[in-house]
Amino acid sequence: MITLAETIGKRTLQAIDHMGRMAIFLTGTIASLPFPPYQGRRIVKQVHFIGVKSLFVIVLTAAFTGMVLGLQGYNTLREVGSEGLLGSVVALSLIRELGPVLSALMVTGRAGSALTAEIGIMRIGEQIDSLESMGIDPVKFIVVPRLCAAILSVPLLTAIFDVVGILGGYLVGVKLLGVNAGVFFGGMEVNVEWNDIANGFVKSVVFGLIIAWVCTFKGYFTGRGAEGVSQSTTSAVVLSSVMILVGDYFLTSVLL
Amino acid sequence: MSENSPICEPCGLDTLPGPDGEPVIRLVDLEKTLDGKKVLDGVNLDIHRQRITAIIGLSGAGKSVLLKHMIGLIRPERGQVLVDGMDICRLSRKELHHVRRRFGMLFQGGALFDSLTVYENVAFPLQEKTSLGEGEIRERVLSRLAQVGLEEARGKYPDELSGGMMRRVGFARAMVTDPEIILFDEPTTGLDPIIRNSVLNLICHTYHQHGFTMVMVSHDIPEIFQWCHYVVVLHDGKVVEAGPTGEVVQSVNPFVQQLIRGDIAGPVHLM
Repeated sequence: MITLAETIGKRTLQAIDHMGRMAIFLTGTIASLPFPPYQGRRIVKQVHFIGVKSLFVIVLTAAFTGMVLGLQGYNTLREVGSEGLLGSVVALSLIRELGPVLSALMVTGRAGSALTAEIGIMRIGEQIDSLESMGIDPVKFIVVPRLCAAILSVPLLTAIFDVVGILGGYLVGVKLLGVNAGVFFGGMEVNVEWNDIANGFVKSVVFGLIIAWVCTFKGYFTGRGAEGVSQSTTSAVVLSSVMILVGDYFLTSVLL
Repeated sequence: MSENSPICEPCGLDTLPGPDGEPVIRLVDLEKTLDGKKVLDGVNLDIHRQRITAIIGLSGAGKSVLLKHMIGLIRPERGQVLVDGMDICRLSRKELHHVRRRFGMLFQGGALFDSLTVYENVAFPLQEKTSLGEGEIRERVLSRLAQVGLEEARGKYPDELSGGMMRRVGFARAMVTDPEIILFDEPTTGLDPIIRNSVLNLICHTYHQHGFTMVMVSHDIPEIFQWCHYVVVLHDGKVVEAGPTGEVVQSVNPFVQQLIRGDIAGPVHLM
């Protein structure tokens, strides 16, 4: 019984310690943002890596998500004779929830894991120590560009996800199942408000922050050797995904 | 090798200056525990200005940890790291970065940035930390690359280099900013004898040209004794012997003699 209590206590303390270190890491990163040297060129490079290179997977996922929404939505709405609302259902689902969440999850899987592995390898290869030994702040050099790039890229990818998803829904609903195109887009225009778009935008910014924060932290404080990097990568993807889904609930509660 | 003026026979240059020089780095009562193990246990040590000091000991004795304390990459739980009398453990991050400009460091594997070419790796500290123009940076980088014999490899990436070449690029990067102190973490481990000697030769040549203060963690025993003024022997986190090379080689400490001779029999039983 004592052993069990000890184990629970130890795990709890470890979790608190971990959260504390994550909070300090994020605070330190954000605090260094206003001060030079500004990492413009490196931010652009990371936007290319996180944003541009994720485009294909985002477009593919968005197209099929929109198509499934079109199919499911049409069949459900037809039962109550409201096929005309299909455009609104597809657009609102995507803009409010699926766009930000799925984009963030796809970016986590494609770019977040790579960020952790890259930084982890820099750590075990002593490249981070090497930066420090040159008097260069590794957080400023490694973490800040990735954080800024993720905060810029994820909302843009989410916007693309929303548009492509709506086109997917349009293809299935209008072209395949025969819903009137005017009704499809008209319903969307009436029911989708700026507030919905703003909420989706806020979510995507927060999710971008979560991805960069968790993935860079896990890479920066990776364990020893290849096994340490692999564990950090797995843990970064799992923690980011969970935090995105949990964060989505709380953000929705606040923003609604 | 003479006790007071070690002869730098392998690099064919004149004798090294005698083992004098006032301390530039002082470690006072340094203690550090890592993963529950006391890695440094009350270490007191002086590193002399413009001299080469070698730190030797068994694997896991705390040599690399000690070296990283000297540049503030690791902070001790207790004790002081004094660089010209200033305790770097008490400095803010910004102040520490400023002190680190006086240092260059060569890491075990070179620690080169994979995404940068040899030229870019060596130019990196100058581009990031100085206001030198592109022309001046180019001139300085090419001169350093020529010094380590890698001018032709300047367009290559680290994964196209051999272990010895990576160390040489790391060395060029460590000295490109003209630091006062250069730290070497096992600069020759894993290299064949010819390349090992060429790296040590290069370090010795550079010492003669620039008169840097050099601290070297090494496993090259007894070869390393030909290349340094001072030797520090570390065992179980403690300094068991330290002094001019000739004195340490003559030490009556049984562990030091076992380490120098590489004897299986002695105070340390590994099997």
